[in-house]
Amino acid sequence: MTEPTGQARPEPIKAVPVRHPGRWVGIVVVAILTAMFLHMLLTNDAFQWQFMFDNMFSEPVLKGAWTTLWVTVVAMILGVVIGVIIAVMRLSPNPVISSAAFAYTWFFRAVPRVVLLVLFGNLGILYAEVGFGLPFGEQLLGLFGLEGSGQIFGVDANKILSGLVAGLLGLSLSEGAYMGEIVRAGIQSIDPGQAEAAQALGMGRGLTMQRIVLPQAMRVIVPPTGNETIAMLKDTALLAFVPVTNELFFQLQAIGSRTFQVFPMLVAACLWYLSMTSVLMVGQYFLEKRFARGVQGRAKEKLLKATVPTGAGIE
Amino acid sequence: MSDHPMVKAEQVCKSFGHVEVLKGIDLEIAPREVLCIIGPSGSGKSTFLRCINHLEDVDAGKLWVDGELVGYRERGGKLHEMKERDVAAQRREIGMVFQRFNLFPHMTALENVMVAPVKVKGEKKSVVHERAMDLLKQVGLGDRGGAYPSMLSGGQQQRVAIARALAMQPKLMLFDEPTSALDPELVGDVLEVMRQLAESGMTMVVVTHEMGFAREVGDSLVFMDGGVVVEAGPPREVITNPQHKRTQAFLSKVL
Ligand SMILES: Nc1ncnc2c1ncn2[C@@H]1O[C@H](COP(=O)(O)OP(=O)(O)O)[C@@H](O)[C@H]1O
Ligand SMILES: [Mg+2]
Repeated sequence: MTEPTGQARPEPIKAVPVRHPGRWVGIVVVAILTAMFLHMLLTNDAFQWQFMFDNMFSEPVLKGAWTTLWVTVVAMILGVVIGVIIAVMRLSPNPVISSAAFAYTWFFRAVPRVVLLVLFGNLGILYAEVGFGLPFGEQLLGLFGLEGSGQIFGVDANKILSGLVAGLLGLSLSEGAYMGEIVRAGIQSIDPGQAEAAQALGMGRGLTMQRIVLPQAMRVIVPPTGNETIAMLKDTALLAFVPVTNELFFQLQAIGSRTFQVFPMLVAACLWYLSMTSVLMVGQYFLEKRFARGVQGRAKEKLLKATVPTGAGIE
Repeated sequence: MSDHPMVKAEQVCKSFGHVEVLKGIDLEIAPREVLCIIGPSGSGKSTFLRCINHLEDVDAGKLWVDGELVGYRERGGKLHEMKERDVAAQRREIGMVFQRFNLFPHMTALENVMVAPVKVKGEKKSVVHERAMDLLKQVGLGDRGGAYPSMLSGGQQQRVAIARALAMQPKLMLFDEPTSALDPELVGDVLEVMRQLAESGMTMVVVTHEMGFAREVGDSLVFMDGGVVVEAGPPREVITNPQHKRTQAFLSKVL
């Protein structure tokens, strides 16, 4: 490149910057409020910091934290699986299937999670026994003049639906309804030309979904799923209503009421949920990066080795 | 060579709601033939192409590809709708290239080319890899296999799309205005790839506005308007000596 002849480079602009007095006022206000807050944390005796730290890592609390974490993970995994199924059903050309998905979403979004969990905790009243066998087995066998229940095997409902399982079921089914809507939005955000190109290559509907549409939809699906996961982490506190008691919040509260030191244990709960949420956010960051493949500005050309078959995306 | 045409259309009709888009198309395309379709926007060219690989189903009339009825089975004088799996199997034999490329953005160029043979046909990855690299070389992109579509120009993307369709080793290729979305200076490379493909003996149906390509490469030319074939014949004759008023009017606008 050559500079235009006969013209010197123009001088860089030296201008007086715009003043932002509002910013300074803001900084001062925030600084004062922060100082007041810290002062209160350190001087107010109600916090009982030493007591809190001594108790927030006690064994029942750690066990409760573990339950909270794995219930969150399992309920979310089940919720995502249910959500994908519901979303695909909802978009089915078959009106019976799509209405069934709609009805599911309608029901599980309408009923509050607390109510759902109490309900599942009491399902034992509805079915004393859970069994696998012929549908309407008793009635069918009756028609042929036989006696029996047509049941292949049965288990006491209160055993299967005991606490944790009932709670997990309630949380997963409820989550499935929300995830269904999130996944549907993701699927619908993808250009129909993508599915068409896949079909033109001879892919069936399932393969098209799995290889072409869903991987692209993930970019839209992951951020709200992060929200859902964090909401789920907090909603595990509702397990107490099933009732399941070896869960984080119940355990912290139990210590609080036993020792009459309620407040420190509430602060401990905040700290626990804060730190667990932070861990989940790190996971979300990596997931988002993973599904940004091929997006303008993010993509790096893959180096191809001549001998090794790449095409790594095609596992 | 087989004695039946590669594509045969008999009174193919298609409506969307009350709008009749195809009003009885009759066409025959021989193996190794390159047929170009021209016509004004909205005349049903894309719809006809999409009927050929059953992306749209035909309302009336019949369509055969390589002697097989598309999308239906004839049994006891009755037509039976094909199962999704059988339709998919028919589509494997027909490659399609779209105006807007429709490459899969989450896969590299190489992965785009490899995914269907590996996942649909279940071919061995190493075999497909070799073929995919050859195809990318053939379309002039041997060194860009690792690039994601967003890193390629429109012309490069369209050439990858052609390679992707060819990777399934189709016996028929459909092109729907493959160069219409491209900057003018990128059109030539894509047309060159298509010309070579035609020379190699591929049967091709090409919807295009590139009259030069239609004249040089096409074996026959069809002018469609309002859902019917208005005029058909050897490209040079149709272009230089159109018989119908509508053809004359259209050609005077595009030439
Ligand atoms: N899926 C569809 N639903 C409703 N109308 C459609 C659909 N696809 C195409 N059409 C209509 O059919 C007519 C022909 O479209 P098309 O085959 O794309 O024409 P061309 O490719 O020749 O421009 C247009 O009027 C278009 O609006
Ligand atoms: Mg068109």
